[in-house]
Amino acid sequence: MSTHHIQLTVNGQVRAADVPARLLLVHLIRDNFDLTGTHIGCDTTSCGACTVLLNGKPVKACTVLAVQADGADVLTVEGLEQGGQLHPVQEGFTAKHGLQCGFCTPGMMLTAVALLRANPDPTEDEIRWGISGNLCRCTGYMNIVKAIQYAAEKLQVQEAQPA
Amino acid sequence: MIPPAFDYAAPTSLPEALALLGQNPDAKVLAGGHSLIPAMKFRMATPALLVDINRIDGLAYLREDGGWLKIGAMTREADLDGSDLVRARYPLLADTARMIADPLVRNLATIGGNLAHADPANDHPATMLAYRAQIMALGPGGERVIPIGEFFTGPFTTALQPTEILTEIRIPARQPGDGGCYLKLERKVGDYATAAVAVQVNVDAAGVCTAAGVALTNLGLTPIQCGAAEAALKGRPLDDGAIKTAARLAGEAAEPIGDYRGSEDYKRSLVRTLTTRALRTALERAKA
Amino acid sequence: MPDVNGLGHSMRRKEDPRFIRGQGNYIDDLKLPGMLWLDIVRSPYAHARIKNIDTSKAAKIPGVLGFVTGRDLEKYNLHWMPTLMSDQQMVLPTDTVKYQSQEVVGVIAADRYAAADGVAAVEVDYEPLPVVVDPHQALQPGAVKVRDDKDSNRIWHWEVGDPAATAQAFAQAATVVKEKIYIPRIHVASIETCGCVADWDAANKHLTLYMTTQAPHAIRTVLALVAGHVGLSEENIRVVSPDIGGGFGGKVPVYPGYVIAVAASVLLGKPIKWIEDRSENLAADSFARDYHITAELAADKDGRITAMRMDTVADHGYSDAQAAPSKFPAGLFHIATGSYDFQTAYLAVDAAYTNKPPGGVAYRCSFRVTEAVHAIERMVDILAHERGEDPAAFRMKNFIKPEQFPYKSAFGWEYDSGDYHKALRLAMDMIGYEDLRREQAEKRARGELMGIGLSSFTEIVGAGPSKHFDILGIKMFDSCELRVHPTGKAIARFGTKSQGQGHETTYAQIIAEELGIPAEHIKVEEGDTDTAPYGLGTYASRSTPTAGAAGALAARKVRDKARKIAAHLLEAAEEDLVWERGKFHVKGAPGRSKTIQDIALAAYTNHPQGLEAGLEAVHYYDPPNLTYPFGSYICVVDIDRGTGQVQVRRFVAVDDCGVRINPMIVEGQIHGGLTQGFAPALMEEMQYDENGNLYGGTFMDYMVPTAVESPKWEVGETVTPSPHHPFGAKGVGESPTVGAPPAIANAVVDALWHLGVRHVDIPLTAPKIWELLKRHGAALEE
Repeated sequence: MSTHHIQLTVNGQVRAADVPARLLLVHLIRDNFDLTGTHIGCDTTSCGACTVLLNGKPVKACTVLAVQADGADVLTVEGLEQGGQLHPVQEGFTAKHGLQCGFCTPGMMLTAVALLRANPDPTEDEIRWGISGNLCRCTGYMNIVKAIQYAAEKLQVQEAQPA
Repeated sequence: MIPPAFDYAAPTSLPEALALLGQNPDAKVLAGGHSLIPAMKFRMATPALLVDINRIDGLAYLREDGGWLKIGAMTREADLDGSDLVRARYPLLADTARMIADPLVRNLATIGGNLAHADPANDHPATMLAYRAQIMALGPGGERVIPIGEFFTGPFTTALQPTEILTEIRIPARQPGDGGCYLKLERKVGDYATAAVAVQVNVDAAGVCTAAGVALTNLGLTPIQCGAAEAALKGRPLDDGAIKTAARLAGEAAEPIGDYRGSEDYKRSLVRTLTTRALRTALERAKA
Repeated sequence: MPDVNGLGHSMRRKEDPRFIRGQGNYIDDLKLPGMLWLDIVRSPYAHARIKNIDTSKAAKIPGVLGFVTGRDLEKYNLHWMPTLMSDQQMVLPTDTVKYQSQEVVGVIAADRYAAADGVAAVEVDYEPLPVVVDPHQALQPGAVKVRDDKDSNRIWHWEVGDPAATAQAFAQAATVVKEKIYIPRIHVASIETCGCVADWDAANKHLTLYMTTQAPHAIRTVLALVAGHVGLSEENIRVVSPDIGGGFGGKVPVYPGYVIAVAASVLLGKPIKWIEDRSENLAADSFARDYHITAELAADKDGRITAMRMDTVADHGYSDAQAAPSKFPAGLFHIATGSYDFQTAYLAVDAAYTNKPPGGVAYRCSFRVTEAVHAIERMVDILAHERGEDPAAFRMKNFIKPEQFPYKSAFGWEYDSGDYHKALRLAMDMIGYEDLRREQAEKRARGELMGIGLSSFTEIVGAGPSKHFDILGIKMFDSCELRVHPTGKAIARFGTKSQGQGHETTYAQIIAEELGIPAEHIKVEEGDTDTAPYGLGTYASRSTPTAGAAGALAARKVRDKARKIAAHLLEAAEEDLVWERGKFHVKGAPGRSKTIQDIALAAYTNHPQGLEAGLEAVHYYDPPNLTYPFGSYICVVDIDRGTGQVQVRRFVAVDDCGVRINPMIVEGQIHGGLTQGFAPALMEEMQYDENGNLYGGTFMDYMVPTAVESPKWEVGETVTPSPHHPFGAKGVGESPTVGAPPAIANAVVDALWHLGVRHVDIPLTAPKIWELLKRHGAALEE
């Protein structure tokens, strides 16, 4: 089995590791880098608990090899808060009770962050479609939708204000 | 679930990739990986070497050129789904890309992988049959064209040689009067089709169907092109009668097996219903 | 009055800050020095003799360190363990496997990758044996016998009610309806699977077991009872339940993997981690439901229900591993008389062994209440339709009336409070019931299929009065230990364990209400048996009715002591002090007061002579009765005649759970519960072929709904306090899961009744509905 030296940026920090070819990105993040906010919920690329942003796109880290992320920019839930300031999506999830057990939450929030970057003012159906690769067993999705709507509004206000 | 051990190489050029495939009979090409990696986790696929073609530049593109829409094999489903060009001019392809797996999977899954994997439940194969697409394959002997009708040779098998790489898909460029539609009945987002139908027609100013493609997903061991249904449409006004006949013939062409997604009867009936509905939508789009 | 975020406040959850930062502490996040991995070889057969286990190839894999087999455990008499229903379950088999995916060999390795390679390399030689999958067949003479240690496949027969009076009532009835109703096998499928880290400290003979459990205290006691002979002693067992990624009943039982991990840790002297894959979780962990019910309902000439009869076959798999009170082998299934006023009924259940995984857990339901409610609500609907009466009016006519509470049901339950008419009327107003019926008539005339379904359920939660309820003999009370610190902040520990319900917030709000200490200043802890008071855990919607009550009563004990201290500080008689939230003042002199914070400080710095220092209390709450939340749900469906697809167009849910602590959290519970009612009604099912092979063993085939399929819920509330609960609350988490499926099924049958359809079993999948349409000549090909 080949091993590979990889270097990638995780939450703005350059990290390096020597990885066997078969190491999954989700295990690199959790086991090697101790970023345990990225979870594992299935074997079939179905649940999205392991969602991270890979070069800005939400992907399921259980179905990406760590070696494939060589040179990439990875954002995990731990990188959402900036300078002690919660990301509006994080704020929305707590303000609107968009989480219960919290297990799907990191993946769900990262999908939401990417969704709002691509579509800053989504309809409810667009939000539901956008998060349909992430399973939640607790909330029935109602308050997740509201949390994302909250974040959309907040981001638009931020956008409108001069920096 | 953990894949068994394997070697990995990430060539940056096609010749390099071809050389690796040539030297390693147990090698597999890694494109989006969203069929291959799960199969490896379940240890149903055990390649000795993965040749990752994600680092080869110039394999992801969408352009109209010389009477074709040319699609680079590494074009992600999300990029097809998000393309204004595809949405405006190739609605059958847009419909298809949108129904594949889920939004996150679509960020990595590729059109080339979807076709080369040749899972009869995959969505692009029927769509490409309906479009009369061409597959471009690069091998040690150079590039060759494989008409889509000759591409799928069995379940999970294609006309591609183990030493070849699928590089491009070509769809005939949109002509005036073209219209298409993909309709898929799935149990939930991310599911494979219980039944799905791809149709692509051309209708002239008089309402006569001048070209027709009808093909089925997950209704046999390979994607099925419904030649009789196509023949019943071609050269006739695309009216309710013609649609009904085509739908009946599509149902006859299907080779479903009864399973947890439904009985053989049900699936055949779905083919008729979905073909009817898809043809109606395609007709509207052709007129638009 | 300062705002302390007491009852009725939708305060943000105190647990959220860690979860939204990815700082939750779930089982797989735990890493201990020297920790090894356990992975498990499982049986491909539903019934087979193990002829040989060959680990030689696996042993050569780098990183693979050892194996645990049934023969190894047999040496310590640990190869079998008791289930929660006092049946026996294998930890690892010595001779035969009894269901597909049963644990066969534990593989210990340095990391999860090596462990997986080891599992793939273990060679087991099986001799397949005949299989029995259908519980009816299992109960026939001559059936394949599942258990070698039992006389037959009949686990038990249980009945309640008066068969003779019921037979007589049926004989005299004007209308009788009868239906076979199957409630299929489903799986909770929490997004986090199960797992543990077992850490044996040989020098101190001390075990720390971190595990995904909803009931850590009971687990500790069971471990001490079953493994005392190998040196586990209860004072040296610490069970820690960290953050749990969803439970829904699936994390109540003890699975073999936990025990193998403990055994491996003891044998190797290292911490052992075991985390299930999703496919293991679905294929081997406890299922829910699987009840085959034959139900009958009788009415007099005026359409008043007079009697009910139910005969049921329950499929338990190869062991009765239900999570149910020992007195009630069919759980609280005999709540099946529902929301209706009649006094004659009879119900029988026969439980069968089959070659399927053991279980019978809740799936967000309090002990078989979902099965009961589905049966009665389907039957009431059938009866109404059969008589040509509107199902809403028919329910209104037959409901127990508000003035009849407390109401004693035919099977002896004492419903504490309710106003069923009000809840249904509200639901009808919210959805515009009469307009919908008009629309339906118009659509039907055009050949379109639209249905309106109702469900007016009565739940039974909050086990329990200890005279009736125990798990393995341990009574089902629950507890709170409350300690107020000198600066007026507090810590409260409970015997329950949240899996997302928000206990850290709601329990703090309960104490805030009682003591006037802001909820923000009350830290809530659960799940560590070394620190938390003994309790039976969180399931069956019991936390608010039991531990929540314990919290209120512990706070009242603290308040009683605070009064003594305040009297000392204010130099007044105790009886002259008036409590207003957060402080005592002297009667007639509101200016002369001491806040709870002043009093807390004094409890440690200036307490009266003769009184113990400190300000703390413990309460073990044994409820006098269960609580009976209820609700009325109305669902509107449209059916595609071409495909058989059922679309839930609207769904109104009116819930009454008494007094709501945190309305935001209650509403969140209802949304989630409704979706877990919708899922089995339309999508989810575990199916087995005749050889016992599971279909539905991954998330590719076990259909957990996404945001796209899930309906947009419309919720309403009425408030009928529980008269016996300290602050009038009832449980709520499971009501919607119980109430939603019959509303959806009733809507589908309502759409099809005129075609001659009387019943269809859930899940109401497109192919099933299409076959029904075809059979009744209504399938449409366009």
